[in-house]
Amino acid sequence: MTKPVITLKDATVTVGNQTEILKQLNLEIYPGDFITVLGTNGAGKSTLFNAISGDLALNSGAVYHQGKDITSLPAVKRTAFLARVFQDPKMGTAPRMTVAENLFLAEKRGSKRTLRNRHLTSQKLNFYHEITEKMGNNLEDRLQTAAGSLSGGQRQALSFLMAIQVKPELLLLDEHTAALDPKTSAQLMDATNHQVVDNHLTALMITHNLADALTYGNRLIVLNAGKIVLDVKDQEKKDLSEEDLLEYFVH
Amino acid sequence: MSIVVSSISQGILWAVLGLALFLTFRILNFADMTVEGSFPLGGATAVTLIAHGTNPYLATLAAVFVGALAGLVTGLLYTKGKIPILLSGILVMTACLSINLRIMGSANISLLNQKTIFSSPFLEGLPKYFDGVFVGLIIIVLITLALIWFLQTELGQAFIATGDNAKMAAAFGIKTDQMIIMGLMVSNAMIAFGGAVIAQNNGFADINMGIGIIVIALASIIIGEVAFGDLSLNQRLVAVIIGSIIYRLVLLAVLQLGFSTNDLNLISSIILAIAMVLPQVRHYLKLDKILQLGGQHHD
Repeated sequence: MTKPVITLKDATVTVGNQTEILKQLNLEIYPGDFITVLGTNGAGKSTLFNAISGDLALNSGAVYHQGKDITSLPAVKRTAFLARVFQDPKMGTAPRMTVAENLFLAEKRGSKRTLRNRHLTSQKLNFYHEITEKMGNNLEDRLQTAAGSLSGGQRQALSFLMAIQVKPELLLLDEHTAALDPKTSAQLMDATNHQVVDNHLTALMITHNLADALTYGNRLIVLNAGKIVLDVKDQEKKDLSEEDLLEYFVH
Repeated sequence: MSIVVSSISQGILWAVLGLALFLTFRILNFADMTVEGSFPLGGATAVTLIAHGTNPYLATLAAVFVGALAGLVTGLLYTKGKIPILLSGILVMTACLSINLRIMGSANISLLNQKTIFSSPFLEGLPKYFDGVFVGLIIIVLITLALIWFLQTELGQAFIATGDNAKMAAAFGIKTDQMIIMGLMVSNAMIAFGGAVIAQNNGFADINMGIGIIVIALASIIIGEVAFGDLSLNQRLVAVIIGSIIYRLVLLAVLQLGFSTNDLNLISSIILAIAMVLPQVRHYLKLDKILQLGGQHHD
């Protein structure tokens, strides 16, 4: 049996006056899992991500990476194996740096940044052209444009590319298409699916779109009040309908 | 004529401060008040050491070191102590006032008859003020090349990203606190270096020599930006240098109108304020459009 990439054991996060946002949550994420995460506002989806990424400390319980306890490993060190795309297109990119420069920054995730020249050679730029082309929104024509001048869709596509530029052991997608218009959103969702499947990425994706949650991924979890109330995969997931899912939101 | 050369010489020498402040003000995106303390700190350190018989180059190097130290303290107060950056800078700046007095032992020290980095038969053989231009040019070219090189390195790009979007930088494994501390150390080392060089050029160090220098350094950045508009990062560094020279020439013109040197800080502030307001006025009056219509179409 393969080892989980990330394991959460009895993970509990409390804020303020004992309000538990995560309640002894248990989750094992296996290599190749593409898990869609559903839940109402306040169910703990973002907190779950923050607990995995290390942005929020657990009050009790533990997080394991490849079986190793990383509960007290700071967020910046976890970036060696984790990547994340946020909902806000502004959050994932450096606005005054060009698309190429942003991609270069991402390329160094997990390795030491030295006093070597960045070497943005034509060979490198050709490679950037190749990978941006796959996103299907003309990002490849804007390699020398400051990220802040891109459209929301292009900027979010760039954030996504940056997150997977160095293949992460786990990719966290935090409603990364939610801030975009429906057409752009669908297009990025499609590109996301291709990249995740083609590159055999392990990913967790928060979404509010039930159809997306059912269409994409091999596994689906529903969070409610800090606990996982549904965890299905493969055929079981395929057999689910939107009506089935809605039942889990009533609580 | 020599008065214009003097202004240009001053502009080149003080450009070091503009470049130093560019690192914090434009790249890290905050105003670092430490510079008002690290500038006289550099001057005091170098001049006191020289007055005690130290080699002027070693004395200047010592100034660089203490300047970096001042930046380190500000950086630690800000990143680890969570004190707002403006206050962190003011704390160190204020502390420097006492430290500078301790170093110098008096409010000013003269370098009369002492060997400085400007003491060489070649430099002394140049016409008046040309020694400043010569030394200043060497310094500024070396520093600018070093900055251009650094900002294109992997580390330099991480530094820029930290100022641009710290959260994103951290998400890609960049230790943003370290980047900020490094930036403050390098910036204040450069400021103290400028203080050491300018004090030697003036022939004395004074406890009050730091007053208003943040305005002067900002003026060179802003004037460069207003004068040249959209530029690449490397070009912007050069624009700061030219901005510093323009600032000195404007100052010269204003002094020629009959203002006294006592009015310098007032004039500096007014020049900076005008330079900062100008883009707004230009936008308001739609001068940009008119200027564009007048030619200079790029594409």
